[in-house]
Amino acid sequence: MKLTVNGTSHDIDVEDDMPLLWVLRDELGIKGVKYGCGVAQCGACTVHIDGVAVRSCQTFAGDVDGEVTTIEGLGTPETLHAVQEAWIAHQVAQCGYCQSGQIMQAASLLSDIPNPSDADIDEAMSGNLCRCGTYTRIRAAVKTAATKLQEV
Amino acid sequence: MSRIGKIARRTFLVGSATLVGGVAFGYFMYKRPVANPLLDDLAEDAAALTPYVKIDASGITLITPRADSGQGAYSVQAALIAEELDVTLEQIRVDPGMPSPAYYNTALSAEAAPFRSTDESFVASSARGVMDAMLKFMGLQITGGSTTVPDSFEKLRLAGAVARETLKAAAAQQSGVSVADLKTANGAVELPDGTTLSYVSLAPIAATLDPVNDVTLRDPATWRLVGKEMERIDIVAKSTGTQGYGIDFEIDGMVHASVRTNPRRGGNMVSYDASAAEAMRGVQKVVPITGGVAVVADNTWRAIQAVNAIEIEWGDAPYPSEMDGHWAALSDSFTQDALDTRKRDEGDVEAALEGADVIEAEYRAPYLAHAPLEPISATVRVTDARVDVWTGTQIPRFVQTNVAKITGYDADDVHVHVQVMGGSFGHRLEDRVVKEAAEIAMELRGTPVKLTYSREEDMTHNDTRQIAMARGRGAVRDGKVEAYDLGIAMPSVVASQMGRQGLPVPGPDLQIVAGAWEQPMSIPNYRVSGYRAPELAPITSWRAVGASTNGFFHDVFLDELIHAAGADPMEERMRLCWHDPSRKTLEAVAEMSGWGAPLPAGKGRGVAFCMSFGVPVAEVVEVTNTDSGIRIDKVWVAAEVGTVVDPVNFENIVQGGIVWALGHAMNAEVTYSDGMVDQMNYYDYEGMRMYQAPEIMVRGLENGDHVRGMGEPMVPPAAAALSNAIFAATGQRIREMPMNKFIDFV
Repeated sequence: MKLTVNGTSHDIDVEDDMPLLWVLRDELGIKGVKYGCGVAQCGACTVHIDGVAVRSCQTFAGDVDGEVTTIEGLGTPETLHAVQEAWIAHQVAQCGYCQSGQIMQAASLLSDIPNPSDADIDEAMSGNLCRCGTYTRIRAAVKTAATKLQEV
Repeated sequence: MSRIGKIARRTFLVGSATLVGGVAFGYFMYKRPVANPLLDDLAEDAAALTPYVKIDASGITLITPRADSGQGAYSVQAALIAEELDVTLEQIRVDPGMPSPAYYNTALSAEAAPFRSTDESFVASSARGVMDAMLKFMGLQITGGSTTVPDSFEKLRLAGAVARETLKAAAAQQSGVSVADLKTANGAVELPDGTTLSYVSLAPIAATLDPVNDVTLRDPATWRLVGKEMERIDIVAKSTGTQGYGIDFEIDGMVHASVRTNPRRGGNMVSYDASAAEAMRGVQKVVPITGGVAVVADNTWRAIQAVNAIEIEWGDAPYPSEMDGHWAALSDSFTQDALDTRKRDEGDVEAALEGADVIEAEYRAPYLAHAPLEPISATVRVTDARVDVWTGTQIPRFVQTNVAKITGYDADDVHVHVQVMGGSFGHRLEDRVVKEAAEIAMELRGTPVKLTYSREEDMTHNDTRQIAMARGRGAVRDGKVEAYDLGIAMPSVVASQMGRQGLPVPGPDLQIVAGAWEQPMSIPNYRVSGYRAPELAPITSWRAVGASTNGFFHDVFLDELIHAAGADPMEERMRLCWHDPSRKTLEAVAEMSGWGAPLPAGKGRGVAFCMSFGVPVAEVVEVTNTDSGIRIDKVWVAAEVGTVVDPVNFENIVQGGIVWALGHAMNAEVTYSDGMVDQMNYYDYEGMRMYQAPEIMVRGLENGDHVRGMGEPMVPPAAAALSNAIFAATGQRIREMPMNKFIDFV
């Protein structure tokens, strides 16, 4: 089957029911997307399909019908996305393992709701678990990113 | 390099330089030198100036042997070396190094000695020194006990200073300018005429010199990095998905494995049928291992699917199969025979309670999983010459020894490459995953095997936090706490944890009373007793260890007595506290929270205090009793740490620790049914999500003269402050965790 990830098209030969998470990690070697729970409870595997945040651990390879963007496609250390800039400015990460998913979820939130309220942020981000407990900084970083994106 | 020079440098760390360092090493009973491990594979023209600083043509590498599980330990260690070495954090690389006795943890033993952190007497200091020496003999390179900063604070600055002075000596030799006229900055030595000689260019000369060990540490007033806001060295990588973790490790020819072992922990595997698994796509091999079975496949997901398709009959658990049996074991342990320690016994508790209106209460705290977000993994490759291990671990020396035993190789031929960890909280003080990976790799010699646990396997095979129970009896008189008697029963964490490493731990276990017995409170009749329950399910260090349960027990019972006395919870704690730096944390948190100001209806505040790991911490929690349950609005934290090494990181770690402590106190427990853990994944073991996270205000105090670590000490008071706040808001006293069994949260 064909799969477009971060603008590159790939031919892959996998079971239809292999989760997109494992196609990305083990077949294509794209490791920014993380395995945390496998059952859509933690959000570490969050990627975009056509710009919308989905849990790649619960998305079958055979069901992907759009362009996949992972954290690597959102921005790089040299060309950061506004959400990543905000994450760095607020020094959000501790272990950092959940943060790819948090950033992808936040980017999706901000394209839906450019100026989210505290309640919007809590609602959109509560599916993304952070065991280190960086929620205070995530909230602040989402607001900083929202401001930055609206200035552009 | 001359042989003599090499030997001199090999003995650097615990030879003369440590004596220059002064008090921290001054009371060793022996001075056996420990080799500098960086000299083992050093290239020509490269200089390993101490076990912590390596300079070669490619640049400057700082060795940061304490593991980073997310707490920013690599950044802090690098900053301490860089402060004295006169390099910027942009000019250096960090490397966790290889396991070596040179990197033993001094500070861990300081808190293991049976003296209160507030006790600076000669006997206490000496005993800490003896523990220190024992730990050094054992060569424990452990990350834990909030010790990274205390252990590193002087040692790493000293290492930076020795390296700097040695580079200056090299520059003097090359330029003919006297050392006294040389300056250093930005990774280079500056000559009086403005010429700069980079450290990298000086490395070949420095490598031929004996290290200059006669150094003086700089005045804190001149620090460039320490105490200032720093950007963590991993922050860009961790914000762009480019940070590699153990689970991401890749090497050519690697295969993927997953395991299932008996969910009745410690029980055997009676039989298994892998015929369905063997027929699945990508499966290469089925390998029986100790207590279970592994599948090796060409992909992680295929390995997990296949191992789950194996039909297995499991043997019985060596502990009670239901929770009633676990609680009964604790409840039956409040006996003279099971008395483990009674190090706090002041006044005459029995006489004070005789005839008084005795207040009694019983408290419980459940087993808890660490459940860091990165499931545990290990990659092992066995070749004819050597064994390589890539894994996120807090105990690289144990890993080396255990893999050597399993594979039959010499420990020197086992190379442990410590990987960045996606959280730990104590989880990676255990090394079962590495042992299992080594067993599998022995069946596939020459092929690297990465073993990845499924979340379910990780959750059901977590060596958990201890289960614990406490019973308090007390009395008040004239508006004051008059008698306080607390007994705590739990199995020994240390015996369970060290037992799995084959290390017997004789004598009492102070973790049974940690966070309770050593509190700096003066109560006229005051007793804390530890009761050792029998070994039950496997337990290990969980963030704050004994104090994670005991801080809750000790302070909530104190709060109950204070309310019974009719005193103000803040003022009475301040009155009882005899230790000035500790009392200042209460004063700070009272001032920060505006304690005493009237609150709107439905709101309540609780204060709690606990000193653990030598760090006094006071916290105030504010809750609102809403129609849909208790909502935690705000938390204020004041902690005494001597020196705040990085204010940004400090605030982040403390905020995260509060979320950790409150989330588990509200929502989480691990229970056993039929000998197996009931909780499988985050849907039934949730901790805290963003919608429940309060605002958290943090202040670090610097009144004490000891530098302390802050990985854990924010945890013990948090659950107590929450229980005390809920009581203030509702009149309902919650004495057991998780609290959502007794009250709803928003």
